[in-house]
Amino acid sequence: MTDFNEKMDVEKRNSGQADINSVPFIEVEQPGPAPLAQQAKGFWVTFSTMFKKNQTVQYPDVKAPTQPRFHGRHQLNRHPDGLEKCIGCELCAWACPADAIYVEGGNNTPGNQMSPGERHGAVYQINYLRCIFCGLCVEACPTRALTMTNEYELADDKREKLIFEKEDLLAPLRQGMLAPPHPMYPGMTDTNYYNGDVKEAHPSQAEK
Amino acid sequence: MTTAQLLGNDPGWLIAVKAVLVFAICVVSTLMAVWTERRVLAKMQLRTGPNRVGPAGLLQSLSDGVKLALKEDIIPAAADKVVFIIAPIIATAMCFMAFAVIPMTGVVSLFGHKTALQLTDLPVGVLYILAVTSIGVYGVVLAGWSSGSTYPLLGGLRSSAQVISYEVAMGLSLVAVFIYAGSMSTSDIVASQHQHIWNAVVLFPSFVIYVISMVGETNRAPFDLAEAEGELVGGFHTEYSSLKFALFFLAEYVNIIAVSALATTLFLGGYHALPGLGFTEQWFGGWFTFIWFLLKVNFFFFIFMWLRGSLPRLRYDQFMKFGWKVLIPVSLVWILIVATLRVLQQQNAPRVAIIAFAAGLVIIVMAISSVFERNKQKIRTTDLPEGATPNFPVPSLPNVQSINVSGGN
Repeated sequence: MTDFNEKMDVEKRNSGQADINSVPFIEVEQPGPAPLAQQAKGFWVTFSTMFKKNQTVQYPDVKAPTQPRFHGRHQLNRHPDGLEKCIGCELCAWACPADAIYVEGGNNTPGNQMSPGERHGAVYQINYLRCIFCGLCVEACPTRALTMTNEYELADDKREKLIFEKEDLLAPLRQGMLAPPHPMYPGMTDTNYYNGDVKEAHPSQAEK
Repeated sequence: MTTAQLLGNDPGWLIAVKAVLVFAICVVSTLMAVWTERRVLAKMQLRTGPNRVGPAGLLQSLSDGVKLALKEDIIPAAADKVVFIIAPIIATAMCFMAFAVIPMTGVVSLFGHKTALQLTDLPVGVLYILAVTSIGVYGVVLAGWSSGSTYPLLGGLRSSAQVISYEVAMGLSLVAVFIYAGSMSTSDIVASQHQHIWNAVVLFPSFVIYVISMVGETNRAPFDLAEAEGELVGGFHTEYSSLKFALFFLAEYVNIIAVSALATTLFLGGYHALPGLGFTEQWFGGWFTFIWFLLKVNFFFFIFMWLRGSLPRLRYDQFMKFGWKVLIPVSLVWILIVATLRVLQQQNAPRVAIIAFAAGLVIIVMAISSVFERNKQKIRTTDLPEGATPNFPVPSLPNVQSINVSGGN
C-alpha cells in the first residue's frame, strides 16, 4: 500500500498535478467591519421597535378568528329534516392516513330510521390524539356528512376524553329539524335527499 | 461636613436599619429589574411580556421566585456537597456587600437623624467594590467546579477568565477617575463631580471602556459566554435547582444593579440632579436625590437590556481579543494622557503648553492611523488554478470544472 501511495505521490509531483484533496479557492475581497454608523443601525431597529404595536394575541382573553377554511374539529351534518347524512360507508375511515376514525355501519329499520336510505353510521369515533387534521376524510365523504369546523380548542387532560363519539360530533338540531330516528319525508327517496329536495321536516315525520 | 463625617455620627441602630434598607432595596430592585427586562425585551421583539400576575405582570418575578423556592432541591451525586452549597452563598453575599459603599442619597433625615443613605464610606470604597465583586466570581467558579459535570466546569472557567480579563480594563478605566477626583472614596468622587462636571464628559473614553467592561464583568449578553445556553446548557448553574439557583439568579441581577450604581456614582454624578435641575434635590427633605439615583441606574440597566436585545453573542476568541488587545491598550494610553494633563494642570503649566500637548497627541494619532490605512494589505484575488482531474469519479468541487466520469486508464 505504502509503495503504491509513494508511487502516486511521485507521479503527481512529476506531472505537476495538485493533490485533489487540496481544494482550489479564490480569495475574495472581504467586506471588513462596517462603518460605525451602520453598526449602530441595529440598535436603532431594536429601539424603534419598542414603540411599535406589538403582535401578541392575548389568547385566552382574545380569540383571534381562524381562516374560514381552517381545519378544526369534525362535524357530522344532518339533512334539513334532522336525519343524519352519514350512511356508515367507512370511506372516511379508509381514507384516514392516521387511522383516527372508526366507523360501524348499521341497518335502517322502519322503527329506527337514522338516515335516508338503507344504512346509517351506528358507531362513529374520531380519535383526536391521532387525527392530523389533513381533511382527507372530508374529501372522501360521498354525502357531505363529514365536514370540519373552525373549533381548535381540543386539549384535554385524559386520553379517553379525546376520543370523540358520534354524539360529540353530530351537528346540533336547527330550525325545522326533528331528532332522528323518524321516517323519511313522505314521497321522497334517498336520491331526493341527496339532491337537496327536502327543505324541512314534515309534520307527519314527528308521529312515531 | 463630608459624607464620611456625617456617617460617622450614625448610632448603631441606624446602621442596622440602613443595612436592612440597602438589602431591601437590592432585593426589590432585582424583582423589578427582572420584570422590567422581560417587558422591555418583549417590546423590542414586538411581544407583550409577562402581564398575568398582578397589575401589568408586576408580581411575575415574585411568583417565579416563590415557585423556584418551593421546587425540589437536587444535589448531583458527583457534586462536592459542601462547595456546591457554599458557592451560591458566596456569589450572592458578595453582590450585596458591594452596595454598602454606594451613596444613594444626599443628606436626608432618617428617623430624626441627619444622615445619608449609604451604609459606610471607606477611603478606598471603589477598590473595596472591585475586591468584593472579584470574590463573587469565586462563587461562579466554585459552582462550576463542584457540580462534578463537564458543562458547568467549562462555564465556570470561562466566567473566571472573562471576569479577570475585563476586570483589568475596568480597573484601568477607574484609574482615570481616581486621578481626576483625587480620591477613591465613592462619596468624594460624587462630590468632586458636583463641583466640576460629570466624569462621563471629561473622561469619555474611560466611561465607554467602563460601560463595555461592566457588561463583560457581569456575564451579560453579548458577553454571556459563561452561560451560553446554545453551547454550555446553562453554564455554571446547569446542575443547580430550587433556592440555590434562585440565589444565582438574584446574584446576577444584584450584580448588574451594583455595576450600574457604580457607573452612576463614578461617571454620572451619583445621586445629584442633572445639571440645571439642582433645585429638585431639596424636594421631600432631600429624598428626591434617591429618585435621581434610581433614574441614572435605570439608564444603565436599559443599556444592558438594549445590548441584549440587539447583539448576538461574541465568539470566545473574539471576546478575549477585544478585551486584551483593544480595551486594555486603549485604557493604558488614555491613562497616560489623563495623568499628563492632570500634572500639567496641577503644576500650573501655561495654557499654551496644555493645548500644545493635546494638539500634538491628535497629530500623532492621525499620523499613526494614516500609516495603518496605507499599509492595509490589499487583498489580491488570484486566478483559479486549473482543477485537478483525477481519473476516477468524484463529486465536483466548487469552482472546478466537472470531471469526466467515463475516464479511467
